[in-house]
Amino acid sequence: MKLHEYEAKEIFSKYGMPTPKGELATSPKQARDIATKLGVPVAIKAQVLVSGRGKAGGILFASSPMETEVITRRLLTTKVKATRVQSVLVEEKLNIKKELYFGITTDRSSQSYVVIASSEGGMDIEEVAAAMPEKIMRVLINPFYGFRSYHARQIARKLGYSANQLGDLTRIFIQLYRVAMDYDTELIEINPLVETIDGKFVVADARLLVDDNALYRHPEYKERLVQEETELSSRELEAQKSGLAYVSLDGNIGIIGNGAGLVMATLDVVQLHGGNPANFLDVGGGASADKMTSALDLVLSDPKVKVVFINILGGITRCDEVAKGILEAKKRVGFVKPMVIRLVGTNEEEGRRILTEAGIHVLDSMEEAAMRAVEMVKSGG
Amino acid sequence: MGVFVGKNTKAIVQGITGSQGSFHTRLMLDYGTKIVGGVTPGKGGTQVHGVPVYDTVGEAVKRHDANASIIFVPAPFAADSAFEAIEAGLKTLVIITERIPIRDAVEVMAYAKREGVVIIGPNTPGVIVPGECKLGIMPAHVFRSGVVGVASRSGTLTYEIASGLSAMGLGQATCVGLGGDPIVGLSFVDVLKRFGEDRQTRAVALIGEIGGNLEELAAEFVASEGFGKPVVAFVAGRTAPPGKRMGHAGAIIMGRAGTAQSKIEAFLEAGVRVAEKPSDVARILAKELGR
Repeated sequence: MKLHEYEAKEIFSKYGMPTPKGELATSPKQARDIATKLGVPVAIKAQVLVSGRGKAGGILFASSPMETEVITRRLLTTKVKATRVQSVLVEEKLNIKKELYFGITTDRSSQSYVVIASSEGGMDIEEVAAAMPEKIMRVLINPFYGFRSYHARQIARKLGYSANQLGDLTRIFIQLYRVAMDYDTELIEINPLVETIDGKFVVADARLLVDDNALYRHPEYKERLVQEETELSSRELEAQKSGLAYVSLDGNIGIIGNGAGLVMATLDVVQLHGGNPANFLDVGGGASADKMTSALDLVLSDPKVKVVFINILGGITRCDEVAKGILEAKKRVGFVKPMVIRLVGTNEEEGRRILTEAGIHVLDSMEEAAMRAVEMVKSGG
Repeated sequence: MGVFVGKNTKAIVQGITGSQGSFHTRLMLDYGTKIVGGVTPGKGGTQVHGVPVYDTVGEAVKRHDANASIIFVPAPFAADSAFEAIEAGLKTLVIITERIPIRDAVEVMAYAKREGVVIIGPNTPGVIVPGECKLGIMPAHVFRSGVVGVASRSGTLTYEIASGLSAMGLGQATCVGLGGDPIVGLSFVDVLKRFGEDRQTRAVALIGEIGGNLEELAAEFVASEGFGKPVVAFVAGRTAPPGKRMGHAGAIIMGRAGTAQSKIEAFLEAGVRVAEKPSDVARILAKELGR
């Protein structure tokens, strides 16, 4: 789960890290008052959970309280990368000498956390890694003794700092590590970490992603996960409530399957045969008739969908349960859209019998079914 | 023979009294797996399908000389269970539980590595050596004993590909699920090393998906070390959009990293055959093995 910049900065500030003076505003008038109090110039930053916010016009500057009000009004009534702006952070404008990058994420191949630091902050770190790999420092954190001050000092030295600045940076790095551990982050970064012209360091922008699987340890955020995931479509939210893994795509063939890998492969095979999937939908292991019904409801109600392709390989999931779910959905919403069903595995015979008796044709091969679905779309259903 | 488990595996089930734990204990017993004990704190002294239940792993291990464990404990308590099993001296752990916090998984893996313990999972269907031992939740009927080693990041896709192999008369020496979480115990490279040494295994199928770089590292391993047995790979998620989690917590493309394209290219460069569709895996392997 992503936290907003202002929330991350509140946490950082609680941990004693230097953040710019500033406040959150939800109205133009409020923004103007904050600018008056802070003194100008100010930075006005849209609080949206999208990447590339700056380039998309979500960060602007004002040289008077009046201008702050005007800009805030504009930001609050427009969208940044299709996301409505609900609030802005009004902050003192920093006098930048240099922009650094510092972050902590996980390294899957070494099964540990990794610190990433760079003297090239201010842009997407993956772009830096691609263009100037020699500017990226990666330090694996040993899970037995953690990230310690000497590690932080080594990094600060390699970034070229000494004397007081070495101590200042070390403290920021260590505190960021504490936040990462205390908040169970899967990614936490300061980008840019600004060195001002008078030699101070300030957390100019912050990104913090809490590990969704650890949200039970952070009840304050758990509640919000469903409410505020602004990058999810309404259909994705509905799926989340029914416990289905769903991702909306651009095509017209609705896909339902069991198991993430199988569903991904189903999308691939559909595409290979010239079709375009409308979604990814994994009903998960051991799906009940009920879950199958909600999955079908979700896909059938999507106006993009012309044909539905159900691909079930019963393991823990039982084919008879799936068949019952399909019939239940048929009763409830009626089959307004053509369907292709591939059903094999545990209790396959019973599942087939249920569907065949209801006049629904069942196929055995995933590829044959994919081809059939693509043909059906091409012939206009 | 197969790897990771076999006829000599004597396993305990942690979380045996839960609905999943109890259900799969019965299926594993039916398959012939030696399940010698179960653990559920507070339920010691009871039985599940004739298997004695203990309060602690230590008691179960001492009484039955167990050497492996399969864990069905809910995510908030799973790391604790894994630590308990490692400390009790068990050397092979299958963690079925999904959605274990990253921080917990990192700690478990570090401890396991230090103690020389193999961790399969978390979020795995487990491991099966057909005809000998099933320590997992996979449907047994799709597997046949044979010469192909299968390593996979996905459950149902493994069943899909294994049943394709079985239908073509290509049985499996071992099928192991690495797990769908971001931090898992085994990498494709770890498994390749074991498959390389195993005499029963004559060919390998690697079933990857988007996210992370385990596939790229496997390709690098094959290219640099050479691998004396034919390897075929399939990578799911060619059509997955970036930044979206495709069902598995670990299946997400971050920026340019973790795309199916990058993995496929790495395999091809290493001389590993890449299957376009799941059914091609069996077809390519049959040809490689001269069937």
